[in-house]
Amino acid sequence: MTAKTLFEKVWERHVVVPETPDTPAVLYIDLHLTHEVTSPQAFSVLRSRGLKVRRPDRTLVTMDHSTPTDTAQIFGGKPIALESAAKQIRQLEQNCAEFGLDLIGLQDDRRGIVHIIGPELGATQPGKTIVCGDSHTSTHGAFGALAFGIGTTEVGYVLATQCLLQRKPRTFAIEVSNRLAPGVSAKDLVLAIIGRIGVNGGTGHVIEYRGSAIEALSMDERMTVCNMSIEAGARAGMVAPDETTFAYLRGRPRAPQGEAWERAVADWHALRTDDGAAFDQVVQFDAAAIEPMVTYGTNPGMVAPISGCVPERPGDAVFARALEYMGLTPGASLRDQPVQVVFVGSCTNARLSDLESAARVLAGRKVAPGVRMLVVPGSQQIKHEAEARGLAKVFTDAGAEWRESGCSMCLGMNGDTVPQGQYCVSTSNRNFEGRQGIGARTLLASPATAAATAVRGRITDPREFLN
Amino acid sequence: MDPINVIRSRTVVMPSSNIDTDQIIPARFLTTTTREGLGAALFADWRYDAAGQPKADFVLNRPEARGCQILVAGRNIGCGSSREHAPWALLDYGFRAVISTEIADIFRSNSLKNGLLPVVVDAATHGWLVANPGAEVEVDLPATALRLPDGRSAQFPVEAFARYCLMNGVDELGYLLGQADAIAAYERRAG
Repeated sequence: MTAKTLFEKVWERHVVVPETPDTPAVLYIDLHLTHEVTSPQAFSVLRSRGLKVRRPDRTLVTMDHSTPTDTAQIFGGKPIALESAAKQIRQLEQNCAEFGLDLIGLQDDRRGIVHIIGPELGATQPGKTIVCGDSHTSTHGAFGALAFGIGTTEVGYVLATQCLLQRKPRTFAIEVSNRLAPGVSAKDLVLAIIGRIGVNGGTGHVIEYRGSAIEALSMDERMTVCNMSIEAGARAGMVAPDETTFAYLRGRPRAPQGEAWERAVADWHALRTDDGAAFDQVVQFDAAAIEPMVTYGTNPGMVAPISGCVPERPGDAVFARALEYMGLTPGASLRDQPVQVVFVGSCTNARLSDLESAARVLAGRKVAPGVRMLVVPGSQQIKHEAEARGLAKVFTDAGAEWRESGCSMCLGMNGDTVPQGQYCVSTSNRNFEGRQGIGARTLLASPATAAATAVRGRITDPREFLN
Repeated sequence: MDPINVIRSRTVVMPSSNIDTDQIIPARFLTTTTREGLGAALFADWRYDAAGQPKADFVLNRPEARGCQILVAGRNIGCGSSREHAPWALLDYGFRAVISTEIADIFRSNSLKNGLLPVVVDAATHGWLVANPGAEVEVDLPATALRLPDGRSAQFPVEAFARYCLMNGVDELGYLLGQADAIAAYERRAG
């Protein structure tokens, strides 16, 4: 039998109709995650064509992108400040009622960022195909699922047929040996990977992250790595499921229970790349050589070790324009760059372990004068847990704002934005121009780096706070 | 969706690499619940100043850009967010094709589904287009060929079924709905 990669095994299990030269494969989708921003026009298409949602039981709907993070606007009866956001939220409520979909609504205790609650509820499982009208759907690949972002037209296709037309992508192995050093996180690892292979390095490919450093990562950390696969241009990122995966999922509400659980785990054990299976591309990394990383430019590939400098690229006009936007000069040291805003949150880094990592640095310390720090948990469950464990108190005692869950300042569409020209160290995934607000200057980093930077008010290596 | 055959137009050139979908349409415009009218927000932060006035030096605000239906962009256009609002905004503005040496996966897929033709060409052809902004070129979908004014042409790849849908002005949903029996059989088999 031909040796197969993890991706190929998951792909083959979901082919409804094989591809031909004239037609792509019809691929079955096990789980469709849906949110308020990329679904309204898809529901309109269903309505205009008189179609129903084929599998409401395979459709998980919530709201996260445009929702407020201000407690009063969610629970206190205060109107949602952005009228267009309020309208979009009401539209999702109406669409779910009309098409018979369960909605994890604004005040639901299970609500949160869609890529955080899928795993948290146990809906994300090894071997599944998972799609969402959001590019960070790649997050779910951490469980050995094939998970990728789609546009709104395809959201409509999945609602109507539970299927997509797809050409088979190519495969890309990223092998990471050794272990990450203390104070170096999964975020630093994935930023280093993107820095090396580039923001288009993964185009047309599904990445499988492999090797001892990946196996040693927790599920939260694997999700951080897979989350940013799209920032390397990849369709998806995957990690083979193992005991770490099974331990995370066991007992979660939507995970299989009892005998079904035993059968599922036995099946999931087969979801590994066979010895001798070939990838279209292979790149190797040494985890031990990676330092805390910080971006300096306007895409996630413009990144350097925290001890480094802004590089020089004479004659590169695009690079020069990016630095002009950022207000940085070639050769400038990244360390000690002043910041005005610190954001800890997003589907990349708002899970409990991320908040713990930031709180370890902040405990007993204060956010520097003149710095605004916003901490936005990834879900309401994480919020409650962080409050129960005293993390929320660490943040508020330090002078940070502690909010309700959502995408928030990652993309600023709910009104949580960074002012024009200000620098923000952010644990999110994109440092594009204007991403966090018009003229905002984003520096992507890990939660520990963000917290250390908040204390000093300038870019700070978190390892200075390790002891 | 109108069928696409041959698109003949002058080009607008934006040579920057990695033009992400946040630039094509910033997130604050995504609270809409329809797909119409997004052309006004296309490249909003590059196109308008803080007072909402057009920036004279931005390429789309120059008189010669008016009426152009073909955008020539640097490598890896459309990276980042999966927002389909990006091709909606480009189409609503009046573009019908985007040419680059490389087009990001999700943006390319979204463009094909809306009748915005993604055209990937070799570096030499792209270099000529960048050096000759405003050139009148022809994108021939049936022949999958881009023709330059000097008579040269370059082939570009388009996935076969997407090409069929674009040339006939139909979407893929009809085809998928036609697979209902196969989908039901798969669901019985997979449990």
